[in-house]
Amino acid sequence: MAIIMEDLYREIIVDRYKNPQYKGKLEPNDITFDDDNPLCGDHIRVDLRIDEDGNVTEAAFDGYGCAISQASADLLIESIQGKHLNEVKSLTKEDILELLGLELSPMRLKCALLSLKVLKAGVYGIGQASDDLVE
Amino acid sequence: MKNEQMDLVHIKADFPILNREIKPGVPIIYLDSAATSQKPVQVLREMDDFNTNSYANIHRGIHTLAEEATQKYELARNKVSVFIGSPSPKQVIFTRNTTESINLVVQSWGRKNLSSGDLVILTEMEHHSNLVPWQMLAEEKGFRLEFIPVMENGLLDLDVYLDLINLEPKAVGFTHMSNVLGTINPAKEIIQIAHEAGAITIVDGAQSVPHLPVNVQELDADFLAFSGHKMCGPSGIGILYAKKELLQSMPPFLGGGDMIKRVELTSFTANEIPYKFEAGTPAITEAIGLGAAMDYLNSIGMDKIADHEQAIVSYALERLVEVPGVEIYGPEAAKKGAVVSFSMASAHPHDISQILDNQGIAIRAGHHCAMPLHKKLKLPASARASFYLYNSKEEVDQLADSLYSVLDIFGI
Repeated sequence: MAIIMEDLYREIIVDRYKNPQYKGKLEPNDITFDDDNPLCGDHIRVDLRIDEDGNVTEAAFDGYGCAISQASADLLIESIQGKHLNEVKSLTKEDILELLGLELSPMRLKCALLSLKVLKAGVYGIGQASDDLVE
Repeated sequence: MKNEQMDLVHIKADFPILNREIKPGVPIIYLDSAATSQKPVQVLREMDDFNTNSYANIHRGIHTLAEEATQKYELARNKVSVFIGSPSPKQVIFTRNTTESINLVVQSWGRKNLSSGDLVILTEMEHHSNLVPWQMLAEEKGFRLEFIPVMENGLLDLDVYLDLINLEPKAVGFTHMSNVLGTINPAKEIIQIAHEAGAITIVDGAQSVPHLPVNVQELDADFLAFSGHKMCGPSGIGILYAKKELLQSMPPFLGGGDMIKRVELTSFTANEIPYKFEAGTPAITEAIGLGAAMDYLNSIGMDKIADHEQAIVSYALERLVEVPGVEIYGPEAAKKGAVVSFSMASAHPHDISQILDNQGIAIRAGHHCAMPLHKKLKLPASARASFYLYNSKEEVDQLADSLYSVLDIFGI
């Protein structure tokens, strides 16, 4: 797949990477989870506050990584504000690609999907962020 | 200029892959030889010729093809033996790669000789291949691991080594040249100190043997592990050199065909060295390809290759340090091989690598199988440009120029 640089590093990606809107930690929180991408050492932590109906009232992410992983985390966290946990559970790879507005090579796809894997592992309350969660 | 002794135009012409384009109009600049090197046509042809005309399984065959194949395979072993100055080809064992060679040492020598309370010394700059095999056996046997620290300047802290050596280690394992920092460690000195304390030594030569003249007798190394694919040979073939008395005293590693002299239903007698350690059909074509790679490197000369790379790495450090926001890891040029790991203040190594790829430049981004070292450097990942005999100063210039295009996108 030919990746077009201008698309990959569109202003929104670089801007979200350099000035993320939802970066930080929530203490206390109702759900927190973090994991790494072992291929490149990228790290993402996701914190959620949930109301009694199961809606996300606040969400934030923390960590480090490439522009794709950090921008997609920021866009993902933005997109789940106010959503019910059931909606969060049903998020897929396609949702992330739509948020980014990008085609990605298989390697870069792993960068983009790290935050969704971490988010869903946290929401499901399982101890490991596996690839199955984002297929 | 020393590096002008190498005829780069002709060398580059020997490597067909280096003459392709990454996309129309964008030629490849391959700066990832520390991960794996490219193969010259001399190696490709030798392997093709063997597969086309002489291929058969080796040893024990009486027919013509089996004899030709065996002869070529053993000739390759001989070439390796001469290349590293081994006293005998019997001390050269073919494995799959450096990792398997180290696992062989740990599982055979280590399993027999290490027990609870013993100590093995490694370093903080080891590749995972010289860490994890020891960790696996240590967990089982209960021996301890201690580490020679890496100092700020990218060199090993040998004062701490001298303290550790007083604890009477059974073995000292270290990389001859760091795949991240490029540091060339004083192997001879480390080995001598280990021997005075009665420890055996395991040298990870994956990065050094392809790039520097390495002589096992001069180093007095007990074990030396390295890979064919980083020295113009194919992947799937690695080497373990060891001192004869060690190999003779060690139990076999993998069991199966070829490693036996005699088998009964409930017992076996192991074969002579080196066959004792080569169970099953080996990578025959790849061993022969590696032999051709040794011929190729010898035809140019390891001294010349080392000089050329020293000139390239000095120049690369000079050019890269000029780029705003670039931080370079590892020692000064005189103390390192042709590996330059760096980070940029504004861009993640993945993004650097992606932008460079767009300009045809292949570098590596990640932790380069050295996570503990990156932790020490307080880095999640780094970008790494590594050079070989086919790289030029012009390519270094293009690398530096393209880092400015990273700044265009990400700022300083």
